[in-house]
Amino acid sequence: MHDFSYYIQLLLAGITVGSLYALIAIGYTMVYGILRLINFAHGDIFMAAGFFMIYISGTTSIYVSLPIVLILTVVLGVAVERAAYRPLREAPRMSVMISAIGVSYLLQNFATYYTGGLARPYPVIPFLTREVTIGSMTVKALTIITPVLTVILVVALVLLIKRTKVGMAMRAVAKDQSTAQLMGIKINNVISITFVIGSFLAAVGSVLYFSNYEQVTPMAGAMPGLKAFVAAVFGGIGSVPGAVLGAYVIGICETFIKANNDYAIFSNAFTFALLILILVLKPNGLFGEKLAEKV
Amino acid sequence: MKQKRYLLYSLVLAALLLAALIAIDNSSLKSSMLSTILQKGAIYALVAVSLNLLNGFTGLFSLGQAGFMLLGAYTYAILTIPVEARSSVYQYFNGGLVQFSLPVVVGLIAAGLVAAFFAFLIGLPVLRLKSDYLAIATLGFAEIIRALIQWNTLGPITNGSNILRKFPTYSSLLFPFAVSAVCIGLVVLMIRSSYGRAFKSIREDEIAAEAMGINLAKHKMMAFCTSSFFAGVGGAMLAMFQQSVQAKYFTSAMTYEILLIVVIGGIGSVTGSIISSFLFVACSEWWLRFLDAQHYIGGVKVPLLRSGFRMVVFSIVIMVIVLFYRRGIMGTNEFSWGAIEKFIKAPFGRKAREEERKKVTTPHE
Amino acid sequence: MSNTVLRMEDLTMQFGGVVAVNNLSLEVNEGEIVALIGPNGAGKTTAFNCITGVYEPTNGQIFYRDEILVANYPQGKMKKLYAGENAGKYTKVVSRTPDQITRMGIARTFQNIRLFSSLTALENVLIAQHLHIRSNLFGATLLSQLSFVKSKARQEEEHMYQRARELLVEVGLEQYENEVSGSLPYGIQRRLEIARALATNPSLLLLDEPAAGMNPQETRALTDFIVEIKDRYKLSVFMIEHHMDLVMSISDRIYVLDFGKLIAHGTREEVQNNQRVIDAYLGVAEDA
Repeated sequence: MHDFSYYIQLLLAGITVGSLYALIAIGYTMVYGILRLINFAHGDIFMAAGFFMIYISGTTSIYVSLPIVLILTVVLGVAVERAAYRPLREAPRMSVMISAIGVSYLLQNFATYYTGGLARPYPVIPFLTREVTIGSMTVKALTIITPVLTVILVVALVLLIKRTKVGMAMRAVAKDQSTAQLMGIKINNVISITFVIGSFLAAVGSVLYFSNYEQVTPMAGAMPGLKAFVAAVFGGIGSVPGAVLGAYVIGICETFIKANNDYAIFSNAFTFALLILILVLKPNGLFGEKLAEKV
Repeated sequence: MKQKRYLLYSLVLAALLLAALIAIDNSSLKSSMLSTILQKGAIYALVAVSLNLLNGFTGLFSLGQAGFMLLGAYTYAILTIPVEARSSVYQYFNGGLVQFSLPVVVGLIAAGLVAAFFAFLIGLPVLRLKSDYLAIATLGFAEIIRALIQWNTLGPITNGSNILRKFPTYSSLLFPFAVSAVCIGLVVLMIRSSYGRAFKSIREDEIAAEAMGINLAKHKMMAFCTSSFFAGVGGAMLAMFQQSVQAKYFTSAMTYEILLIVVIGGIGSVTGSIISSFLFVACSEWWLRFLDAQHYIGGVKVPLLRSGFRMVVFSIVIMVIVLFYRRGIMGTNEFSWGAIEKFIKAPFGRKAREEERKKVTTPHE
Repeated sequence: MSNTVLRMEDLTMQFGGVVAVNNLSLEVNEGEIVALIGPNGAGKTTAFNCITGVYEPTNGQIFYRDEILVANYPQGKMKKLYAGENAGKYTKVVSRTPDQITRMGIARTFQNIRLFSSLTALENVLIAQHLHIRSNLFGATLLSQLSFVKSKARQEEEHMYQRARELLVEVGLEQYENEVSGSLPYGIQRRLEIARALATNPSLLLLDEPAAGMNPQETRALTDFIVEIKDRYKLSVFMIEHHMDLVMSISDRIYVLDFGKLIAHGTREEVQNNQRVIDAYLGVAEDA
């Protein structure tokens, strides 16, 4: 039997993991809301951000590298959209999805090639990894910083979507692309901005995530990516608060499952079981809108 | 007249293929790279066709194929390991629970049936979902299966995360070809039957199909279970080919690989899937291998070439196909002697060329 | 007993706050051609979608030859409306799927053509016969295509092809048999869609704007065609149409819908002279 603080510690770890999933999940939910596309490459962009950090911090200080990593990741995200999704704007949805899978495959293979396929140690970012003591517990600073930063970013994003002109354009494009276009909204710009935001959050998530796990592999993005997607579906795809809620549910449950040796192997499977369950019970997720096909 | 001629061509081609396979089987080539490619190609062809039945013909975007292959491979292995070998295979589980062993053919059919049964179970809730939700749900299902099989509590049956081996494998190169040919033949017959037409109507327009009296749930389920059956058989053969099986290799990356084979061959073309399976396997295991090794030309090291470069080139080629040649090798066309005759005659006969042009101008979709 | 083929009672369909069809009741009798007309957005296609099971109506019942197609509890805001005298009528929920309804003998076409566009004309018609198939998946797979084995499945397959070809001849589309349906001329596609609906062997045919996008000449040809197939296949026809010359030349009775409500019904003459219909179509003069 574990004592109380053990569970509190697990809960804290779960909240941290959940926050990280939330940062990635927002990228999925926004892209899906606008393009109706599961951006399978999103997890790999997150992985790439990890490698950017490793290589750039090798040549300069951490604090200079951080903004460079953020910029590079955003550039990569937008470039993927330009090269692999934009040419298929009029194509059947299945084609775009296959293209997304192709990009994911390419990024993973390229990372394997470039890095030699081995796990690389992530640089230590002192203000994230230093230990802090709260009451009787000692935790890494990022355990505290992550949820706080996530909440700040999510609130900022919700304000952006609800209160600004860009946000309004995003909502319009998500509702109806062709009508939005007729209203003079430049669809391609809006989509690019979506990818900028999504990739930026993935980069922030990447810094926090890999500071926690301390190493990066070419496959490191695949699983967190899929889980974040499940989180987005759970909350109702297209809904930012929904994605965040879903991410916390998954992060916390997963941490508790992992802590039990008998069931640790189901930590990934649990996420997908949750996905199937929610799709069966509430196909539009917790906060999703119902989409009806016109006959 | 024409029919008979084509039948003759087909028989000749089949005889030639058979002769070539027998020749390879009985020569030193049997242990060569060529033979490996042929075996793996034949197995992948079956799995690719099974996925194409869903993605290409029924319009169901499923990403669960690796899961069903895993079920097939494990079912086959668990049921056919000789009783005397079990104590060494299941060394951590006291020889395991299963203490009998079935003949190879029964094992293969059981592999398919178990996969189809699980497909039925998972199909009930998820087949109602729309395209991308279905994709992610089936992908998740495959992950769940993989975790379940590695679960220690099921160890006496599945051997947990340990390797399964010592089950009977095949000795002749002809075996995977024969099994794949029979299975693919069945899929083709199904596609051309009235049920196959119903599948295609679902792909074309679900609402119209339903208005024409086609029970969507029932027909999707039929396609899903059939596809999984053959994926299961394919998985069992893959286990035989590798002579061992371990759950951790049946990841979503494997499904993606099969999906890409289908895309390269042409979504909705059985012949395309078969051709591209052999091409894909040959490229990834053999023809592009040189990209992974360092080469020197006149003492100068060729840049870029080193371990992993092959897969980079490979994924770029795939992206090019996805973006610029979306129809793949065959589009939705199938191999036919008529088309080949036309192709050969084309440079000479004006009529043939005109017909070709007509075909090109008919918009597709 | 009665010769009513289709009977709709108090049908209401709400989408959120919009009442697309409001308390609509109508009937189609054996052998009749009945038209449903009304301005755009009046709820005509919604009514069709309720009959064919695409939508589950908020309220109301639909009968096909005295069999219940759809019957619903009042839901949402409708509850209040039906709390009183009619409450007892709505106790049973029945909602059939579109394929079951087609199997009962109701076939339809779509406003925006929904052919299986990358398949040939022949395949389109063949698919519509699939609902009557007796062979199971195994029989059809193993036996239906092997010409050297005589089997029920084989006979059935041959019969389907034969019937499909006959049907294409009967509707005058035999020369398009092997053409990809999506590349056929528009008017031919409309006709093929009707042929496909006929292949399901219906006794009630629902046509959703069959003449949409046709010129007067094509419309006249279509008019004759509808009468011809009605007689040949002993159908009752219920159609939505905007072309008044088509409606006025063949309809036995006409229902007029405006903003989801029935504003008039009767014979051609009755409807033509109805002031409310004229107002709905031309607008009410607001001068004075």
